[in-house]
Amino acid sequence: MGNAFTTRDLRKVYGEGPAAVHALRGVDLEIPEGEIVVLLGPSGSGKSTLLNILGGLDRATDGQVFFRDSELSAMSDAELTRYRRDHVGFVFQFYNLMPSLTAQENVELVTEIARNPLSPEEALALVGLEARADHFPAQLSGGEQQRVAIARAVAKQPDVLFCDEPTGALDSVTGRAVLHVLRDVNRKLGATVMIVTHAAAQAAIAHRVIRFADGAVQSVTVNETPASPEEIEW
Amino acid sequence: MSPLTRKLLRDLWRIKGQAIAIGAVIAVGVLMLVMMTGLVASLEETRRAYYERYRLADVFAPVTRAPGHRAEDLGRLPGVAAVETRITGAALIDLGRDRLPIQARAVSLPDLRAPRLNAIHLTDGRMLQGGRNDEVVVLNSFARAVGLHPGDRLTATMNGFRRELRIVGLAQAPEFLYTTPPGELVPDDARFAVLWLNQSALEAVFDMEGAFNEALLSLTRDARRAEVIAAADRLLDRHGGLGAYPLHDLGSNRFISEEINGLKTSTAIVPPVFLAVAAFLLHIVISRMVQAEREQIGLLKAFGYTDWEVGGHYFRMILTIATGGALAGCVLGIVAGRAMVDLYLYFYKFPFLVFRLDPSSFLTGFVVSILSASAGGALVLRRVFALTPAVAMRPPAPPDYSRSGRFRGLAARFLDQPTRMVLRRLTRQPLRMAGAVVGIASGIALSAAMASILDSFDEMMDLTFGVMDRSDMSVTFTQPIEARSVLDLAAIDGVIEVEPVRMVPAILRHGRDSYRGAIHGLRAEPRLYRAVDKAQRPLYLRGDGITLSRGLANELGVRAGQVLTLEVREGRRPRVDIPVIAVAETLLGSPAYMELDALNRALKEPLRVSGAYLRVDPARADRIHARLKDMPMVAGVSLKAQARASLARVMDQGAGGTRYVMALIAAVITFGVIYNAARVAQAERARDLASLRVLGFTRAEVAYVLLGELAVVTLLALPLGGLMGWGLSFVISRGYSTDIYQIPPLFSAESYGWAMLVVLLAALVSGALVKRDIDRADLVAALKTRE
Ligand SMILES: Nc1ncnc2c1ncn2[C@@H]1O[C@H](COP(=O)(O)OP(=O)(O)O)[C@@H](O)[C@H]1O
Ligand SMILES: [Mg+2]
Repeated sequence: MGNAFTTRDLRKVYGEGPAAVHALRGVDLEIPEGEIVVLLGPSGSGKSTLLNILGGLDRATDGQVFFRDSELSAMSDAELTRYRRDHVGFVFQFYNLMPSLTAQENVELVTEIARNPLSPEEALALVGLEARADHFPAQLSGGEQQRVAIARAVAKQPDVLFCDEPTGALDSVTGRAVLHVLRDVNRKLGATVMIVTHAAAQAAIAHRVIRFADGAVQSVTVNETPASPEEIEW
Repeated sequence: MSPLTRKLLRDLWRIKGQAIAIGAVIAVGVLMLVMMTGLVASLEETRRAYYERYRLADVFAPVTRAPGHRAEDLGRLPGVAAVETRITGAALIDLGRDRLPIQARAVSLPDLRAPRLNAIHLTDGRMLQGGRNDEVVVLNSFARAVGLHPGDRLTATMNGFRRELRIVGLAQAPEFLYTTPPGELVPDDARFAVLWLNQSALEAVFDMEGAFNEALLSLTRDARRAEVIAAADRLLDRHGGLGAYPLHDLGSNRFISEEINGLKTSTAIVPPVFLAVAAFLLHIVISRMVQAEREQIGLLKAFGYTDWEVGGHYFRMILTIATGGALAGCVLGIVAGRAMVDLYLYFYKFPFLVFRLDPSSFLTGFVVSILSASAGGALVLRRVFALTPAVAMRPPAPPDYSRSGRFRGLAARFLDQPTRMVLRRLTRQPLRMAGAVVGIASGIALSAAMASILDSFDEMMDLTFGVMDRSDMSVTFTQPIEARSVLDLAAIDGVIEVEPVRMVPAILRHGRDSYRGAIHGLRAEPRLYRAVDKAQRPLYLRGDGITLSRGLANELGVRAGQVLTLEVREGRRPRVDIPVIAVAETLLGSPAYMELDALNRALKEPLRVSGAYLRVDPARADRIHARLKDMPMVAGVSLKAQARASLARVMDQGAGGTRYVMALIAAVITFGVIYNAARVAQAERARDLASLRVLGFTRAEVAYVLLGELAVVTLLALPLGGLMGWGLSFVISRGYSTDIYQIPPLFSAESYGWAMLVVLLAALVSGALVKRDIDRADLVAALKTRE
């Protein structure tokens, strides 16, 4: 299988002049399709920035990034929107559900515009929340909200799934459940899953672990035998 | 239903209070538009139909005495379709019972056939029988006002003959929709009558056997009116033609035209104000919502929704509110229009009313409200487009207060934390705060301008009936009499002061402009009836020229120093060129003044007067009336108090009457704007305020943070609003001014005080409502929802 992502000397600078923040300082990466990839690194090291650029949410200041054979860094805003719509799923640290929509409607928000979506019921069943379909976010716990967010992200059967600290706000039990769902999605849908975390222990479930520090890749480790979420320490 | 549509509906439900308030403002604007354009269309159409059905003449040609066969000559003029001749003259009605004599106009109807032109509409009783010279048909509105019915008798004095007449019917006529007593400017049903008698009866009374003194002409479609009028004048000149004039110069028609114009002006001013306010409110509410939903917008974009799809979502919300408001406005406009039909019938005295809804007003209402709402929304869409999807990924960032000052030194010692929060917020978002200030200032401006317009109406009355006219009554003589005769009036017990006047009907011409009116010949330094300048000082009337009222000078386009042509329409009908020597300030009518002797010299009729102004002892007013009634030279008496009352009535009905509604609406809008400002501030800060409560701040302290902001904004808006209101009052006063009366723009401290009081009250009430909500707020819910 080919690479899902390839980056060449990727750089990102926020602001200008003396106040400029160099969030990415030349990132070169190759991420094969169908893997679970964990991005590890201290807070402020540029993990979210990289994820945003790979996900087509943001643009690099310099360098190139490819999704399969298409160059994301050369795309127009409309093309990036198309890319996100057709290929990408997101799970955010703060869930980011629409407070005025029920769990099911939050999922429909995505299935509505996707090409080949799961039904919202299927997606919710995947995260074990079919019983809470008609609840509003304010009526769900944090873990449940995050599982809705995952259902929403996987419902479109994305080629890549980006998860920015998906367990950051969760306790160990719900955190493990969330990781479990992510691994199932990788197995059942064949999606490339990229998980950002600063908890090193979670790296055990990955096929590939990228260590990140100060805006640059420190090391890439390939893990031939990923552990199951139940085995990891929290 | 798509999830975005659901979100739309739920969001609308959440802001339902504000949505309804904004929709209501739009609805009122559209309602007024639909109703008022409907009213204007109905009035114009009804007038047209009424004139047509009763064959109202296109040209009126009064003459001193023309032989009957002249009618055929008039009929042969090119452009003339039909001719009718008749006899009209002044009459004085005695209703007995100590009542003042009432001036009337006697008008002839052909004995044995229907009139070819100027037919009448019988409302009660029957028509005149041919050859019966003691029968009379009376103008319906007058009969109603004084309580006369068919079968009653009345005594009329015409041309010195006293006649006992029997009322056989009541009628309306398109040429007498409004009737104004001679020498006055304002219609009054009760003080002027129209009497229709058989032609043979009036021939005898006015010594007009085989002759007429008014010709009525209707024109063919392609006729040139000015040429017909000139030709008619030439034909009638040797018989004492008094100048033919077109229908639009007919007093009654002029008055209706003014009413319609007044309504048109209000239609042009009122609905746009509402729609602008609605657009402003929509902008505030939706931009606040976009600000609060930044992360949701980013999220939608992250999922692959395009800018247009996301923008469209917010735009649909704007459209829903605007369409809902416009729809409600149209429906209510129709309902209100229908409900007003009876009122119009009564007020405008048409025998029937063609109710017309102008279909284009629905379209205009819809398009304009959606456009103005969109204008409010377009600015918001720019913000939606500018948001990057990456915001969804970031944890909520605290708003940046770094540029808002740090309060060091003295300030730090005297400002407590809540006060600092208020000040920081005001300085951090100066644009948004400026928006709120301007919004509230507009409300103040609207209220203050409307309140001072109410004062302007009073000012107009005071200037007219207090400063200019200081008499108690005026007397009109049957014809110009020797100046000495006024001494007879002065001799009446209780008359304190008498001042002669000579009123002469005339056409004033300057270049292409002309005006049919009357010239007041007054003493050089009159005491009872005066012309005044801008500072309300009486003008000295020099003998070497004419003084025009401001309105007349504007209409003729002349300034002091220029020369006018005067065509007198009485007696020898001289034509003289005369310089304008001064311009007087008047707010009622468009009078022209000359010094009495100079006027008489121009007329070549020295020492004549046509009436007098009297100042009397009020305790003896009744006896004075009785004496005046018995004097044969007296044609009519009008009391200033009555004239004042009829002006007040005219200004309160019709177009002028909308001022009360407008003032009320202005107050409501002001309240709406302030309430909205308070709600927006509260919604923006619900989370902060809940956090403060969690930290242990009391309810009062939390309310202070929010309401302190509202207070500062309101206080800043007060002076700005005053200034804007002053400007606005010029526009509104012009809108309310008509050909008949002018409304001066005023700056009255009192009404500004009132407006500001209203605003402060609105702020207090809004504050209290918001505080009640803060007190009730569910802390946990406020903290859990991310806004
Ligand atoms: N929008 C922004 N503007 C300015 N600086 C930013 C912005 N987003 C991130 N940064 C900076 O870029 C660096 C990397 O941030 P981020 O990618 O969020 O780190 P991580 O996700 O690894 O914690 C940090 O120093 C952060 O302060
Ligand atoms: Mg991060």
